Amino acid sequence: MAKLHVTTTVNGEPMEFLCEPYETMLDALRGQLGLTGSKEGCSSGDCGACSITLDDRLVCSCLMLAAEAEGHQIGTIEGLATGEKLHPLQQKFLEHAALQCGICTSGMLVASDALLKKNPDPTEEEVRFWLAGNLCRCTGYDKIVRAVMETAAEMREGSRETAR
Amino acid sequence: MTLEISLSRDPAHLRHGSNIGQPRTRTDGVLKVTGKARYAADNHPPGMLYAVIATSCVARGRVKSLDVAAAKRHPGVVDVMTPAHKPELAEDPDAKGNPFAFKMELLQSDEVRYANQAIAVVIAETLEAATEGAALLSPRYQVEIARVGLDAGEPYAPPVVGIGNPAEVRHGDIDAGLAAASKLTDATYETPAQYHNAMEPHAIVAVWDGDRLFIDTPSQGMAMAQMRIAGLFGIPPGNIHINSPFLGGGFGSKGLVSGPQVLGVMAARLVGRPVKLVLRRSQMYGPVGHRPQTRQRIRIGTDEAGMLTAIDHEARVTTSSFDDFYEPAADASHTLYASPAIRTAHEAVRVDTGTPLFMRAPGEATGSIALESAIDEAAFACGIDPLEFRLKNYAEVEPTTGKPFSSKALRQCYARAAERFGWARRPLAPKQMRDENGFLVGWGMGTATFPALMFQGNARAVIRVDGSGAMETGAHDMGQGAWTALAQISADALGLDLDQVAFRSGTSDLPDAGIAGGSAHTATVGAAIHNAGAAVIAKLAEFATSNERSPLYGAGNAGVIARAGRLHRRDDDARSESYADILARAGVAEIDATGTGAADPAAQSQYAMHSHGAVFAEVKVDPELGQIRVTRMVGAFAAGRIINPLLVQSQLYGGMIWGISFALHEEAVMDHRSGRILNANLAEYHVPVNADVPPMDVITVDEHDPHVNPLGIKGVGEIGITGSAGAVANAVWHATGVRVRRFPIRIEEVVMGLSV
Repeated sequence: MAKLHVTTTVNGEPMEFLCEPYETMLDALRGQLGLTGSKEGCSSGDCGACSITLDDRLVCSCLMLAAEAEGHQIGTIEGLATGEKLHPLQQKFLEHAALQCGICTSGMLVASDALLKKNPDPTEEEVRFWLAGNLCRCTGYDKIVRAVMETAAEMREGSRETAR
Repeated sequence: MTLEISLSRDPAHLRHGSNIGQPRTRTDGVLKVTGKARYAADNHPPGMLYAVIATSCVARGRVKSLDVAAAKRHPGVVDVMTPAHKPELAEDPDAKGNPFAFKMELLQSDEVRYANQAIAVVIAETLEAATEGAALLSPRYQVEIARVGLDAGEPYAPPVVGIGNPAEVRHGDIDAGLAAASKLTDATYETPAQYHNAMEPHAIVAVWDGDRLFIDTPSQGMAMAQMRIAGLFGIPPGNIHINSPFLGGGFGSKGLVSGPQVLGVMAARLVGRPVKLVLRRSQMYGPVGHRPQTRQRIRIGTDEAGMLTAIDHEARVTTSSFDDFYEPAADASHTLYASPAIRTAHEAVRVDTGTPLFMRAPGEATGSIALESAIDEAAFACGIDPLEFRLKNYAEVEPTTGKPFSSKALRQCYARAAERFGWARRPLAPKQMRDENGFLVGWGMGTATFPALMFQGNARAVIRVDGSGAMETGAHDMGQGAWTALAQISADALGLDLDQVAFRSGTSDLPDAGIAGGSAHTATVGAAIHNAGAAVIAKLAEFATSNERSPLYGAGNAGVIARAGRLHRRDDDARSESYADILARAGVAEIDATGTGAADPAAQSQYAMHSHGAVFAEVKVDPELGQIRVTRMVGAFAAGRIINPLLVQSQLYGGMIWGISFALHEEAVMDHRSGRILNANLAEYHVPVNADVPPMDVITVDEHDPHVNPLGIKGVGEIGITGSAGAVANAVWHATGVRVRRFPIRIEEVVMGLSV
């Protein structure tokens, strides 16, 4: 079967690649695009370690075909920081040490970022349920929730400052 | 904060540092939050092929046929490894060389021992091709009836439990103790099979270069993995280079190299190209260990005053049909409560599963939920508050041995956690509290304990002429924070700041750091680092104190203090010299020394060594639906010296949440007809998610323990589960009055109990 040609944008950069029709987005990212920050924990959409954004939508890249990236914006953990400058969520995860083994961390951060873009002022319960699809077996849940809540508060404060 | 570490070997020299005890964030944190940390499966050497394991869908029998030709015809498939076509091994994978050698299924025959066992390996140019090739094998089996569950066969007395513990232990006269009881609590608890389910599936990238082997694979024990692989392939251990900088969780399942990892090495050998093999999630339910099922009968005798007269703890555990690992569940009753008579005994039943192995708090977790439930039942039978009951029966010495504890701040743990929780307001009787929504509210507690173990590990310390230092040790970071905590110890060991010390770890060419297990890694490797630092400082001091031009000349008897990159005379702090100047004068580019960390047998024979803790939990139960939510949890732990409070907090939170999981979530369900696991995935094998977990509260109680090891470290990796699971279970009883003794506690049992 012929390979498919995909034109897409990954972390803001235009990108083209060839893929098999059955290839998952996760395999394309981790394989030929060399972006191994997204992890495979289950390949069935249960664990969230492969979370990426498709335009503004949070998706499990193990459940998405690479060909579906055509014409869309893909966002991965590698695009969260701006150059050397960490995203406030990354900074806050570090501050709280809201990570242990690190396999879930990429997905947690991508999912948290997607949440704060949709809802800059989530309640604790909203954070806990939004992130319920991202499993952490080290079970660092409490610190993750605190890190997201604090980041949200600081980012709101920051945007108010900017508005003044 | 200044910490003074007195050297265990050479008391003439002291080192001062301020890194130990600091709540520093992870040194590997930036790599992990940016996705740049490279785990085993992230490696992709040129020319690499993918290997996929074909697994058995029956639990017992023989593979009659495999359609190898069909698999080979599939485009992209390079080879199919089967019992008839595989590299020759130098050693029988079923050989039992030492207590840590467990049998592996490496295609040595057509026998099927359990569902999900490897029966072939397909190697292909792409993962998809290998996966499809494995499906095309269409195995046919000769099937035998699978043995499933705790009643699958005749129970027998295992030779030992855990690693070398006696299967039965008696202290005092158990019959007399039970006969003397005015009240007897007699209850039987069941715990399910559980699977480690680290988020990172077992993975290996194997590259052969002649008789040299390079592997990327997560390992909690690189040196032992080297030895096992070396034996299997008939090559020297030194020919094997293991790269394991980050484990995506281990929890015991990566302690010993597993069959699938070795199959990856065999596949690379067979095809003469680099091979990557990553287990699918479902394939982790079989060949990489699990926590076996237990049924535990506990009899607790008490007198009129609520004092224990006897604890009799019997455990039946499952093990595999072909190997021997016995969960030491009843051993949990050895140390916690003062009883004149204690008996623990184990029996085992063989079932058709992979061999159970160490899973976070092996024995302690299963035993603790049963014991803490039974203690709760006994306290209520006596009409005594569960905390008061535990304090009445507090063990001042280790009950079964009579040894004093090296340290035991459990009373402070009870007091501080109870106060923080508000335990004093707890009504004795169950089903007394409701919240504003009409939910039943219950409060429960449990005591946490875990032995303070030491294995053996080594480290190499270096001081360079530019005044900087390095510490090398083949330690393992499975998420607990070895990169950070051991670097902190390294800095203090060398009397330098953290950023002046290059800490190297995570590869097998560094000094053997032993195994990251038993909550003993920081203690063991920390001691090795501490001793290596002492030895290199002693060398440095020798240069200075024996040289007339040094301000430290002649200070040999008084000794020196190493601090912030300088040696100071101990009797005259103003006289000092920098490491750089000492080495420059000596014309030496760098000096090094090694150190070993190991248990002190004299101290171990004299003292009982354990960490302790107290956990309090609140649950809310919907009286109609039976849904259970843990709404609050407070734990206080005394675990010796805390190297990094921030990371220790994470470990203790994680352990406590594993306790919630044990009580309410986790269970591998076996199909009694086929012997297959019905929920071998992360959707149906329930682990807690963010939405299941309340805000956690952890208190660490200061504890100075001069006996466990030079740094006084006891370990925190596993203790959090113990006590916590029982606390949640006891809270469910307190909320509902329904005592569920089969774990995890199911909604239907609560609802049925409430409707009676």
